[in-house]
Amino acid sequence: MSNGVQNILLVGVGGQGTLLASEILSEVLMLSGYDVKKAEVHGMAQRGGSVVSHVRFGSKVYSPIIPEGQADILFGFELLETYRYLPLLKKDGQVVVNDFEIAPPGVALGKQEYPADIAAHIKETFPRSCVVEGIVLAKEAGNMRTVNTVLLGSLSTMMDIDQGLWYQALTNMVPQRFLEENIRAFELGRQAQRSRSD
Amino acid sequence: MEKTILSGNEAIARGAYEAGVGVASAYPGTPSTEILENIIRYPSIDASWAPNEKVALEVGIGASFGGVRALVTMKHVGVNVAADPLFTLSYSGVRGGLVLVVADDPELHSSQNEQDSRHYARFAKVPMFEPSDSEEARLFTRLAFEASERFDTPVMLRTTTRISHSKSIVHPDDNVLKPAKADLHRDPAKFVMLPGNARKRHYFVEQRLKDMAQWSCEQDFNRIEEGSDKVGVITSGIAYQHAKEVLPEASVLKLGLIHPLPKDLIRQFAKRFETLYVIEELDPFIEEQVRAMGFAVHGKDKLSVCGELTPGRVAEGILGQPIPHAFEHKEELPQRPPNMCPGCPHRGVFHALNRLKAYVTGDIGCYTLGFMPPLSAMDTCICMGASIGNASGLARVLSEEQRQQVVGVIGDSTFLHTGVNGLMEMVYNDAAATVIILDNSTTGMTGRQDHPGTGYKLKGDTAHKVDLVGLCRSIGVEHVHVIDPYEMDATRDLIKREMARPAVSVIITQRPCMLHKRDILEKRPPLFVDADKCTACKACLSLGCPAIKWNPKGGAKGLAEVDKMLCVGCGVCQQVCKFGAFGVCDE
Ligand code: SF4
Ligand code: SF4
Repeated sequence: MSNGVQNILLVGVGGQGTLLASEILSEVLMLSGYDVKKAEVHGMAQRGGSVVSHVRFGSKVYSPIIPEGQADILFGFELLETYRYLPLLKKDGQVVVNDFEIAPPGVALGKQEYPADIAAHIKETFPRSCVVEGIVLAKEAGNMRTVNTVLLGSLSTMMDIDQGLWYQALTNMVPQRFLEENIRAFELGRQAQRSRSD
Repeated sequence: MEKTILSGNEAIARGAYEAGVGVASAYPGTPSTEILENIIRYPSIDASWAPNEKVALEVGIGASFGGVRALVTMKHVGVNVAADPLFTLSYSGVRGGLVLVVADDPELHSSQNEQDSRHYARFAKVPMFEPSDSEEARLFTRLAFEASERFDTPVMLRTTTRISHSKSIVHPDDNVLKPAKADLHRDPAKFVMLPGNARKRHYFVEQRLKDMAQWSCEQDFNRIEEGSDKVGVITSGIAYQHAKEVLPEASVLKLGLIHPLPKDLIRQFAKRFETLYVIEELDPFIEEQVRAMGFAVHGKDKLSVCGELTPGRVAEGILGQPIPHAFEHKEELPQRPPNMCPGCPHRGVFHALNRLKAYVTGDIGCYTLGFMPPLSAMDTCICMGASIGNASGLARVLSEEQRQQVVGVIGDSTFLHTGVNGLMEMVYNDAAATVIILDNSTTGMTGRQDHPGTGYKLKGDTAHKVDLVGLCRSIGVEHVHVIDPYEMDATRDLIKREMARPAVSVIITQRPCMLHKRDILEKRPPLFVDADKCTACKACLSLGCPAIKWNPKGGAKGLAEVDKMLCVGCGVCQQVCKFGAFGVCDE
């Protein structure tokens, strides 16, 4: 943490909704009265590449980029991508990761292997981390596409932000007709994380 | 208006609206594209895509000469295309304010080079502002229009990827100006840059830079943040943010106008410090000028000229602090580069080019990914529109036999951008090569923008649609063929035949982009692999479709599998499989 600034790094694969999640996260942080900055690279329209979004908040944020080795929370939508960005996490950092694999080209072509036991590795190095069964819970919420909201629900238990503001941010950012299932997804993610820490 | 979080690009659009801009023109280019996509929220602005950056600037100049404020946006490499009118506009000056936004891309997140546009400001003798967050992006856009009219000059506003695509809090101003009414104003001594007139204007240009440098010394977009009396930092743009992060104690001179530099202000600041740093991204643009003023400074001796700055890189370079790592990878992880979408109409074409061992001169667009394995079918790629000219040059120097291998590949938007000029040259000079126009009815790579060949405009209304076949014919291409790239055999046979032809020929492959924003894609059921028929030959993997995955544990020798969630049923894999292992799911 530099100058009281908190750092959350969101990672995933293009097309997974990583960017929307970082939008919602930034919104809730602004509503909470923090200074917020968010940076990402979305150049090429094609899908399937690695996506990284930096979110920083505090009373005053300067650089939009998280300094190396200073991320407080790594928020991952896919296992390998989460693993890839572990070096950016600080020593006592936390990981929230979706239990989900997407094969990168080398693996899909049968030329490389998808690294084994990523979740276990993560927990070993960063014990305060949690693995969320995003897809299962999203299905339970009624729509596979709410995975990122499930994960946001889990993330919310690690942050000191009023629950009502999360709902407000979701209302501001999610189209009306998907709102209900997203709120459900958020709740499920929150509960899953809660029951784990009890 | 309430505070809100905006990206730099959104904030520039807002600033332009507040400044009473009447006309906005651009060619899409990452990271500048979203400025125009956001400006259409403000119906008072006549906003449109131009076929290239030169035309975009020329449109802006016309509006300005009519007395209306004009915004023109592009990415750094676009300035190369627009440089011709820019340099003369610097002489003629403006009537309505004209601001040219140029978005640089340090670290080459999605560009073919890393050029530093600040040199263009100096070269063209045009002032340049540089914001360091979204709020400044909004504010400096307004300021730039005021300065443009006040000093009778086009003004450049420079962003970088981390300004354009970062979001931070913005406080929009409710004091919004209305666009001016256009009228004709004759002033040939100013608008007609013939030698006799331009010669006089050059004196004006030089004086203008001196006046602006003086003016800049007293403006609060340049500010000193007092801190340590030992260490001083001169900086601007995103580098300012990294500097504040890493050197919170230092005194900082933050520059808003980076050309011309406020030399008196810099002098007063610089002489106070034992240690003076210039922290800037890419070239030592400010550093060299400060050094030329007689000050000893540190800058590029500690920070790289290549790539973007980050707080970590600044800390490492300036303070000598190594980057801390709580965790380091011991093994090499599989890379995850971007890939053409499942069902991308370009995939089969590159597959055919690979099989035909074509020498492919490529171009800028999604299809540049044809370079990546397993398609591996691209041999050159220089800049927008260069594929055809490159093919033409090669065809002229090669032996007859080798010439037959040359194929120039270009997208529809890129063809209309500047590729069409190359084709004229090719016909005119009888360079016998094959050109493939990959027509997917959009500008795919920058995020699906319309262009004169799509039949739609920026705001979504319909437009005259350029007939690519008719255009090629009118240029003088005798052999023009249209084909559906999903028909693999026919496409490959056609390419093979045209490659052998000792004359210019054009093949237009027509199929909409998978991410096409209009509902024109046919819905097809996904495919599956019949485990009994798959012989593990891996032929389908040569397409690199993200929906096909090799399962080494399936079947006796491994098995190809289709991800139903990703597959769009294009059927291309089915045509590559000799054993008929791909079936269509019934839905
Ligand atoms: S965005 Fe369109 S052109 Fe680009 S890879 Fe996807 S389908 Fe192909
Ligand atoms: S049909 Fe085959 S090539 Fe086309 S998207 Fe599906 S798996 Fe990929």
